[in-house]
Amino acid sequence: MKTDVSPQKNAVIEIHGLRRRFGSKLALNDVSLTVSRGVVFGLVGENGAGKTTLIKHVLGLLKAQSGSVRVFGLNPVTDPVGVLGRIGYLSEQRDLPLWMRVDELLRYTRAFYPKWDAAYAEQLREQFGLDPAARIKHLSRGECAKAGLLLALAHRPDLLLLDEPSSGLDPVVRRDILEAIIRTVADEGRTVLFSSHLLDEIERVADHVAMIFAGRLAWSGPLDDVKKSHHQFVVRFASPLSSPPVIAGALSATGGGHEWTVVCDGARSELMAAVSRIGGTIVEERSPSLDDIFVARVGAKDATAVTKIVPC
Amino acid sequence: MPIYLQIVNQVKYLVASGRLEAGEEVPPIRVLAQQLLVNPNTVARAYLELERAGVVTKRQGSGTYVSEAGSPLARRERLKILTQRADALLAEARHLNVEFDEVIKLLRERHDVLTQSRK
Repeated sequence: MKTDVSPQKNAVIEIHGLRRRFGSKLALNDVSLTVSRGVVFGLVGENGAGKTTLIKHVLGLLKAQSGSVRVFGLNPVTDPVGVLGRIGYLSEQRDLPLWMRVDELLRYTRAFYPKWDAAYAEQLREQFGLDPAARIKHLSRGECAKAGLLLALAHRPDLLLLDEPSSGLDPVVRRDILEAIIRTVADEGRTVLFSSHLLDEIERVADHVAMIFAGRLAWSGPLDDVKKSHHQFVVRFASPLSSPPVIAGALSATGGGHEWTVVCDGARSELMAAVSRIGGTIVEERSPSLDDIFVARVGAKDATAVTKIVPC
Repeated sequence: MPIYLQIVNQVKYLVASGRLEAGEEVPPIRVLAQQLLVNPNTVARAYLELERAGVVTKRQGSGTYVSEAGSPLARRERLKILTQRADALLAEARHLNVEFDEVIKLLRERHDVLTQSRK
């Protein structure tokens, strides 16, 4: 495969023009993104937007139909040993061998990883309260997640890859997962890529965020920039409106009657001008949460309309 | 409110109430990040902000400490920050139907509590 783009020195994951089709459905459409070493990279998108498909390409489980995927500068499809040995992976589907006991599972997994840290594994097992003699099939959902997390962490991977790790879990287990993410990056600059529906979690721990809508990358960049570039206004109209006002440059308008909340990406002064043109007054300006931004973009007819790709 | 500002305000409060004393070391960035479950960069940013505001001082290679001196910000700057807080307080009081005199009384009471706990 040709590499017309020279690898960036600090990039752990480099994806260029990735396109993937399942039958008639375009699951990924020209996605390019770079994950640098030492960052927590949050991947946001609706169900079926293409997050898991993207992660499967990073793991080399799917081959790029067009475009390129490089992990640690290697092609994960042709060099699975060089890539997978350095990745800790936890997915929503935790396919653990149900018939094994916890201690057997640890011994079994250890054989695959030369860098397995048995002392660390034992420390995590204790911290997570997993009984070594318990059968996997008898573990609760939360315990299964913890066992999966343990396996992903115990070989101290250079890249921790978490696909919807918190999905359907109680707050205590979610806390363990967040703690693992923080500890991973705080330790000698290892890297985390994780996808989540829980945007407050992303807002807490991520320093870069990418939003995917219907297979397209709508936004990728530092979390701070995402938040700075989006503005949220409360607009008041003299007489109540029965349907949302159409404001040029707005991603969404929600509310009712006299007051409507409007979110836009960039173009702050243009939006303010557009508001006054249709007779509205801006009564408040706030900085929207990641949640507000996400919902506004999902609600927009074309979520990627105001595309702005910032290299990270 | 952004997370780093929440950390900034919390530390300022702990210093003002004397629960963090001048010269005392604040937790290292990695430790606080793990305690609060936030990105270490967020804590670093909060500490930078606190350093700029003169609340803490970084000692090369040995950690971050609560400053001995007060805020180096110009009086004007300080009053500007306080004015915003005062506005928010007054707006809240009006919505809750709390009379202005009562707000003043409350401020005096809280001041006494804060100075009491410093001793």
